[in-house]
Amino acid sequence: MKQLAFIVFQDNDNARYLVDAITEDNPRAEVQYQPAMIRIQAEKRLEIRRETVEEKIGREWDVQEMLIDVISIGGNVTEDDDSFVLEWKN
Amino acid sequence: MTMQKKKLGLKDKYRYLTRDMAWEPTYQKKADIFPHEDFEGIKITDWDKWEDPFRLTMDAYWKYQAEKEKKLYAIFDAFAQNNGHQNISDARYVNALKLFLTGVSPLEYGAFQGFSRAGRQFSGAGARVACQMQAIDELRHVQTQIHAMSHYNKHFNGLHDFSHMHDRVWFLSVPKSFFDDARSAGPFEFLTAISFSFEYVLTNLLFVPFMSGAAYNGDMATVTFGFSAQSDEARHMTLGLEVIKFMLEQHEDNVPIIQRWIDKWFWRGYRLLSLVGMMMDYMLPNKVMSWAEAWEVYYEQNGGALFKDLERYGIRPPKYQEQANIGKQHITHQIWATFYQYSHATNFHTWIPSEDEQQWLAEKYPDTFDKYYRPRFDHWQEQHANGQRFYNSILPQLCQVCQVPALFTEPDDPTQLSHRQIVHEGERYHFCSDGCCDIFQNEPEKYIQAWLPVHQIYQGNCGGGDVQTVVEKYYHLKNGQDNLEYVGSPEYLRWLAWKKLATPQAPAGTGDRRDAA
Amino acid sequence: MSVEIKTNTAETLRHTYGNLQRRFGDKPASRYQEASYDIEATTNFHYRPLWDPQRQLNDPTRTAIRMADWHAVTDPRQYFYGAYVQSRARMQETAEHAYGFCEKRGLMNRLPEALQHKILRCLVPLRHAEMGANMNNSSIAGDCIAGTMTQLHIYQAMDRLGIGQYLSRIGLLLGEGGGAALDQAKAYWMDDPIWQGLRRYVEDSLVIKDWFELTLAQNLLLDGLTYPLMYQHLDRQLGEEGAGDLSMLTEFMRDLYAESTRWVDAMLKVVLAESDANRAQVQAWVDVWEPRAYEALLQLAEVATGRDALDEVRTALAARLHKLGLHSPGVAL
Repeated sequence: MKQLAFIVFQDNDNARYLVDAITEDNPRAEVQYQPAMIRIQAEKRLEIRRETVEEKIGREWDVQEMLIDVISIGGNVTEDDDSFVLEWKN
Repeated sequence: MTMQKKKLGLKDKYRYLTRDMAWEPTYQKKADIFPHEDFEGIKITDWDKWEDPFRLTMDAYWKYQAEKEKKLYAIFDAFAQNNGHQNISDARYVNALKLFLTGVSPLEYGAFQGFSRAGRQFSGAGARVACQMQAIDELRHVQTQIHAMSHYNKHFNGLHDFSHMHDRVWFLSVPKSFFDDARSAGPFEFLTAISFSFEYVLTNLLFVPFMSGAAYNGDMATVTFGFSAQSDEARHMTLGLEVIKFMLEQHEDNVPIIQRWIDKWFWRGYRLLSLVGMMMDYMLPNKVMSWAEAWEVYYEQNGGALFKDLERYGIRPPKYQEQANIGKQHITHQIWATFYQYSHATNFHTWIPSEDEQQWLAEKYPDTFDKYYRPRFDHWQEQHANGQRFYNSILPQLCQVCQVPALFTEPDDPTQLSHRQIVHEGERYHFCSDGCCDIFQNEPEKYIQAWLPVHQIYQGNCGGGDVQTVVEKYYHLKNGQDNLEYVGSPEYLRWLAWKKLATPQAPAGTGDRRDAA
Repeated sequence: MSVEIKTNTAETLRHTYGNLQRRFGDKPASRYQEASYDIEATTNFHYRPLWDPQRQLNDPTRTAIRMADWHAVTDPRQYFYGAYVQSRARMQETAEHAYGFCEKRGLMNRLPEALQHKILRCLVPLRHAEMGANMNNSSIAGDCIAGTMTQLHIYQAMDRLGIGQYLSRIGLLLGEGGGAALDQAKAYWMDDPIWQGLRRYVEDSLVIKDWFELTLAQNLLLDGLTYPLMYQHLDRQLGEEGAGDLSMLTEFMRDLYAESTRWVDAMLKVVLAESDANRAQVQAWVDVWEPRAYEALLQLAEVATGRDALDEVRTALAARLHKLGLHSPGVAL
């Protein structure tokens, strides 16, 4: 069966940079635009890399900043200074 | 001059800033400082294995949360200033808010209390800190909800005494008993029930209906609250997933205990959410999606992935999930039908859905709506048109566990009420399902304590000997204002006046309003 | 010339929620009022707690103190969640500048070894006492029975965690960096004779069952001595010895303590005014815990600030108690 790791966040100013960064680092990810929110999902694993987001956003960016705009997540979370990973392990 | 050479990584730094502040006591016994950790039978061999979910220090917490609050309250102010309540799709929508404020908001306060307590009961400091942060988040939620609804309370009825009603009104014992059950449990069950089952597995089935419902129906205040709260929910979700994995990994003896809790709380959560499903399908003038669709995406798909992941610990999906999957085609219609006829005792209005709405329901429920449920609405519509809008004067039999009226049907036969009975120590108890029976049989001494509203009314403990007195004196509902049929209600008339509508955008049903017997 | 904007006003049906109307009349209520009064369940509980089967979920008998209405205690700061986090965010921004500055310039780890050692031995271990304060206040928030009361204590719990984290960061700024200094500070907390009095007091507080006794022992009596001792007297002395920059890093603690005296005193005033029985009970607890708090800090004071400083703060606490209508068993005024 399909095991989708996903993240949903608010569709605001920060969103476009997140979408660009995530789709670059996760080429098989699918992006869905819903009213006022964006859902990105991929089979089993999704990774958000600080470096890539910083590239897109043009300034220093803390992985924890994402907390303000996140609406929902699916998958086990591994978070450190440089990345935020969602994945199903089984 | 000493140069600082060593820098700690995020994970280690966070440990120093949280759990490292704890210590092994020597002047008092650890068992006396943490007296509630063992009685549930959960075995923790090494709290050091606890992985902190979000690593948020207090300074970062204050900073990010303050940013969110500033934005949120600016919206609340703008909403009030611009009479935003007049921009909603239709006044019927506000009945969803009445259900929310009386049914859900007090649970947020209960969560604040439960997590404050759990934030003290665990000997693992990492778990304590995570629980405390959730506690204060939940306080945030109840307070921002009260503030969001404050403006609605000034212009609509039924919102005015939410806390008082939560403790007393018959159908509100469904959410109240749910949370009392969780809070009265030990800390590990509390976290399994709320952090895992509710805040992780089932959370979307509460939030998407209400918050998307708000978005689709022009309720800026609530949708803004919803988005603002969801970022807290992401943290809560990771706590839920972490706590379940932690318990399962600590000791194999924990597995059967946790399985039983997963089964119990899935079923209690499913029954609680039937109220939300009803709201989605029947109370929103602009529909988001059907309950069946929401269940399919947010439980069957998402939950499927989750339980596949947990297989490696020896956990299987919740017992009776198949019944819930079958039930998604039926429960909302059954619940609305019940509230329709008991609307003399609710703080919100009910109505017959319009022809367009019934068409939508028929499309979303092709196998069940036209066959089993439309005929009821046709019948009641006819009665209403004849000036005899139906109110049921006999109070319903409630399920001893979930406290929903025993209105559900057998999974394999929607024409047969699903009713079970158990005799326990000479007393007969009634249930809506096998799921609730199982819960009772695992802890009968707990569930026999329940304050069943209908029993209490009949015993004379609710302020009076007739329903109208109960409704007015005990529930604080103003008869003819807060309750009864929507069409012709003061709220309906006021909406028409605001919108300067000659013809009502009203649901089916005309004729006089009749007070209930 | 003034500009007027006409809006389409709709008449309201009521100015506020029913419970506030019953308390204050039908007029607009403040955000604090709406968020704090009567939001806790009071009756018709369904199941007795497994962890306290003799009582209800929300139960007034978790303390010997009796109030007709615990909502009589309110927060002079009028903190509901939004106001609380916004206040703290402003404070943390200032603190963050101070900590960032110190870190960039190495102001702490450039201090003479002896001074760094004194800070590490006499101040940093307090972070563990802050964990105790955090636990106690979280416990009280779970036990007390009015939204006005529970709020006070959960904010206090999170504030204490925050202070513990700042003290930890001070530790991280000392010496070579990394966790070594904090490991050493913990060793002091566990084994150094000067800390055992306080550690014993904190552990004793962790088994107090009556939540009002606990708020008294923690928020009034222990803090009432410790904070002035450490963040006024010790801070001043360390400044005189050459560690003036440390004051930047402890300003947050002083500000929070000043705030806490406001709500703690306000809470006491209301509780004591309610009945002679309350006053007698509170005094009985003061008679037990005030001397214990003094004893707990004695050895620490002798090494950190000198005993005179502790006696001074004890006298100040006695004056504070006197204002509330209580007397200090340790100081005759």
